Amino acid sequence: MGKTLSEKILGVHAGHDVRPGQFAIVRVDLAYVQDGTGPLTVRQMDKMGLSKLANPNRTIVFLDHASPSPRLELSNDHKLLREFCRRTGATLSEVGNGISHNVANEEYANPGEVIVGADSHTCTNGAMSAFATGMGSTDVAVAMALGHTWMRIPESWKVVVTGTFPKGVYAKDFMLHFIGTIKADGAVYKALEFVGPTMDSLSLAGRLTIANMAVECGAKVGLFNSDELTRQYLEKLGRPEKYLPLSADPDALYERVLEFDVGTLEPMMACPHFVDNVKPIREVEPIHVDQVFMGTSTNGRLEDFHQAASILKGKAVATGTRLLVTPGSRRVLLEGLADGTFQSLAEAGGIITGPGCGACVGVHEGVLGDGEVCIATQNRNFKGRMGNPNSFIYLASPVSAAAAAITGRITDPRDFL
Amino acid sequence: METLRGKAWKFRDGISTDHIAPGRLFYLRSNLPELAKHVLEDARPDFASRIRPGDFVVGGRNFGQGSSREHAPAVIKLSGVSAVIAKSFARIFFRNCINVGLPAIILNTDGIDEGDDLELDLMAGKLSDLTKDKSYAFPPLPTVMGNILKDGGLVEHIKKHGDFKIDE
Repeated sequence: MGKTLSEKILGVHAGHDVRPGQFAIVRVDLAYVQDGTGPLTVRQMDKMGLSKLANPNRTIVFLDHASPSPRLELSNDHKLLREFCRRTGATLSEVGNGISHNVANEEYANPGEVIVGADSHTCTNGAMSAFATGMGSTDVAVAMALGHTWMRIPESWKVVVTGTFPKGVYAKDFMLHFIGTIKADGAVYKALEFVGPTMDSLSLAGRLTIANMAVECGAKVGLFNSDELTRQYLEKLGRPEKYLPLSADPDALYERVLEFDVGTLEPMMACPHFVDNVKPIREVEPIHVDQVFMGTSTNGRLEDFHQAASILKGKAVATGTRLLVTPGSRRVLLEGLADGTFQSLAEAGGIITGPGCGACVGVHEGVLGDGEVCIATQNRNFKGRMGNPNSFIYLASPVSAAAAAITGRITDPRDFL
Repeated sequence: METLRGKAWKFRDGISTDHIAPGRLFYLRSNLPELAKHVLEDARPDFASRIRPGDFVVGGRNFGQGSSREHAPAVIKLSGVSAVIAKSFARIFFRNCINVGLPAIILNTDGIDEGDDLELDLMAGKLSDLTKDKSYAFPPLPTVMGNILKDGGLVEHIKKHGDFKIDE
């Protein structure tokens, strides 16, 4: 019988064919933690009496949520994590290197792998055709030590996407629309597979944006095929030998098949305080925006900043509005410096911060004041997410965010194109 | 496992891990007892100070949506809550509950009101609402999760068996 993408990948890693609903022990190729979840992982490993890692080169500790650290408690957490890496041989990704999922994408994730991370947006690298999924700190501790974990094999949903993106509409808008349609608990435990001509021709940056938000509708993973675009991407990153073509069998069985035509889409926005509270921007009240934040594991790649800079170049950020620009990784920072992207954004009035999660998680570098409104290119807008429960977060694409930075209000970006 | 008895604390649909363990208190993650003093603060400011050991958190749909932070179920447990009961759970949160030894029960909570006196029998798979004189059955956990919970959580499970016990 034909297999879906996740059945193929998980079957290989379980050592036997797998069926949805079955429970299996699954080998793990890459395991990682970040500085918010990592300290608990370290302590739990200690409590379990586990001191050795199954695969130190494929065990990564990312310092990204407090990068650099804004207070002594978090600095001490960083010390603990560095000590752990020294002691066990785990790979340290230092402050300033960038966001876990972004750096994992650039340096570690490969098609066909099973990746677990102590961060819900570990699903991001499903874009690389890896079964990548988020877990809690203790689960990842065990995966790091034993080299495997248990999984319930998910049912697969095929999401067939056709049509050409209209002007001003991007992968982020599609995914916001998808989550607004499916709802925050609509795809719990499912393995999503994004296929169809639109997805086949979508850049890796666009695929990463979509896969990143799979968890926002409850999915376990958001998978893409490994194809010619994946091969070119891996070649550019210096690991062409890691390419292998991957897709579902033509006779694979899906629990559900959904179809979307992006040709009818508009720029979209997730409104406070839930990710599935999605409307066309055209229908959102054009209120004043205090802060625009660009970056994150959702839209912190060079292509995203190129899109923002194409709107902002030669323009100025509105008075009364702050624009924060946070590269997702050191690589993106360096490339964006070299090609003038961050120069354009800085000249427009953007504040370029160091690579990391930045304002997204409410730890530092852009905490909101009471009653403030922020448009962010991130993936979550829960009450209090950015550090103040008395604030309002709207989610949008880099282009929509750039348009708002210029007008100082929620703005349909098509007015600028 | 004995039966658990306590008061119901009712919450709305979609309680997120940001409600449970707020982002602005990120720096307290290595001080769970301190973080526990703020549990569910952004949903109900009075919860942490008024809860009694043994009480139940009763939610609606998609309880625990959002982040994978294990600190969320950990502080719920630390605050003395004996179990979380909800119509449905976000998947990472559900798995984390079991891993920290906090029972997570799936059943239709529409009929349970704030302050109801509840009794939970994990072995029998039964929740009794003593105030309403109504009982609910719930299905057993998948084997591996049941084994982990029976052992008191993932740390205890691994210490006991050295690996996951996926079968009976």
